[in-house]
Amino acid sequence: MSAEASPKIVIVDESPVRAAILKEGLREAGFTGVFHVGEMHDLLARIYSLDPDVILIDLENPSRDVLEQMFQVSRAVRRPIAMFVDQSDAASIQASVDAGVSAYIVDGLKKERIKPILDLCISRFNAFAKLQDELERTKSALEDRKVIDRAKGILMKLKGLTEDEAYVLLRSTAMREKKKIAEIAQSILTASQLLK
Amino acid sequence: MTEPICIGFIPLVDAAALIVAVDKGFAAAEGLDVTLMREVSWSNVRDKLNIGLFDAAHLLAPVAIASSLGLGHVKVPIAAPFNLGLNGNAITVSPALHAAITGEIEAGRVDPMGTALALARVVAKRRKKGMEPLTFGMTFPFSSHNYQLRLWMAAGGVDPDEDVRLVVLPPPYMVDSLANGHVDAFCVGAPWNSVAVDRGVGHILHFVSDIMERAAEKVLAVKQDWADKNPALVAALVRAAFHAAEYIEHPENHLEVAQILAQPDRIGVAPQIILRTLEGRLKISPDGTVRTSAGYLLLGREEAARPDAVQAGWLYAQMIRWGQTSLSADALKTAMAVFRPDLYDAALGRSGKGAHSPATISSFTGPVFDPNDVMGHLASFAIKRRQS
Repeated sequence: MSAEASPKIVIVDESPVRAAILKEGLREAGFTGVFHVGEMHDLLARIYSLDPDVILIDLENPSRDVLEQMFQVSRAVRRPIAMFVDQSDAASIQASVDAGVSAYIVDGLKKERIKPILDLCISRFNAFAKLQDELERTKSALEDRKVIDRAKGILMKLKGLTEDEAYVLLRSTAMREKKKIAEIAQSILTASQLLK
Repeated sequence: MTEPICIGFIPLVDAAALIVAVDKGFAAAEGLDVTLMREVSWSNVRDKLNIGLFDAAHLLAPVAIASSLGLGHVKVPIAAPFNLGLNGNAITVSPALHAAITGEIEAGRVDPMGTALALARVVAKRRKKGMEPLTFGMTFPFSSHNYQLRLWMAAGGVDPDEDVRLVVLPPPYMVDSLANGHVDAFCVGAPWNSVAVDRGVGHILHFVSDIMERAAEKVLAVKQDWADKNPALVAALVRAAFHAAEYIEHPENHLEVAQILAQPDRIGVAPQIILRTLEGRLKISPDGTVRTSAGYLLLGREEAARPDAVQAGWLYAQMIRWGQTSLSADALKTAMAVFRPDLYDAALGRSGKGAHSPATISSFTGPVFDPNDVMGHLASFAIKRRQS
């Protein structure tokens, strides 16, 4: 795809990481004119100055409503239309909402040209969500480990146990009470705070 | 219990009837299994209602009409069987603009016409000095906030499209934007005006009830075809919201309601700020001045919940006045038919309007609105967009 034929795409996203992932994906797919707007102040002016063919915005961004103003302003040279206007492709709309991305397409860009852009966005948005999910889980696993270590320390001190014995006690209590080890550990920390 | 129902809302005090219906069990008492989904933008609420991710929604009344007419977006006929609030918005200005307006006001004229004329003088002086035009924030192109701001400033001779800038801002960004000077004023619903006053960055200049006696604000919106297919659900939703609104309006429940609404997954601001709105006792200036108004926000009182088709007609007339569409008799009929007092009456076993529902709509400027003569009504206003 030549640079001339490549539509100009603006990504409106407050998450720089996700925007970078998206940008990279679009570039790999041959879309060379990709710009990122991460600052929401004066959003319309920024977009007008870039004069894009396609605007992508995540659905968690309240500034989506700001974009709606583009349909109103008669001074705007080119009026964009929302992706949802064409309801013929319900599956694609559903997929994009599920992934959390929305597109605005400036009048005149052919439908078959937006489809690959949108499909790519959907897959990158989903990949980002999965990544974030994993990060959260790793974080909370780390948190859990810290709590368990501190609870073990308390048990070792109070009951004169070895580290292994303290862990076995935590684990067997958790099994008996049908709770997570981290929850039992947390209640030990809370109790020891109270009894201080 | 019926099939689960999903309802989208924006964190604003006029979502109260839906939030209280769910959190106080009025929805469950009607056999409804409702999940509320907090949203960040009106575009999201509209789109998720359109594609069926939401069965019902807390929606700007003008968006329900625009959607039914296919204005600015895809055409999806909407039915509004319950009015979630009348009034509730306010115009808040920065301390600098407040001082400028106060400096231009004729003695004692703090009514909307007095402030609008003062604003016109401020605008003229700024232009003479070569200063940037004033910027006003509002929440959506199809919003009562947009029309109320325009109605007010145009009455004083300020053309909202030529003399100032009107920009869309998401409600949670309003206060910060006023604080850092990105806007000079805004029109928004509760609780954001009070939040601005509390932070010392804004003065509430007008309650919308100063500008219009009764202004339809948000509606409970469902898709027309959903309403046709699920009449029992619509009726149950109306009853649940009705009983919740009654509960909210009892003064002895205000504190509890404020606490329910304040929850982080609901509105998520301090309960005492919400309480002021429910009581109609608002701090309007950082110096602590308090103003009381019984009409600040009507959630269930004075038949506020019964949809009034004349209100829909008025909103449609504003879309014409400001060039968002042009008049057609069919479109007027469609717009008015979005508001469904018949569904409201049927759900509650009532017939017809109560004593509190006025037949007309009046504002501080222009003649009483008559939906049978929209062009005649608009002809009385000097500032408007050219009718195509």
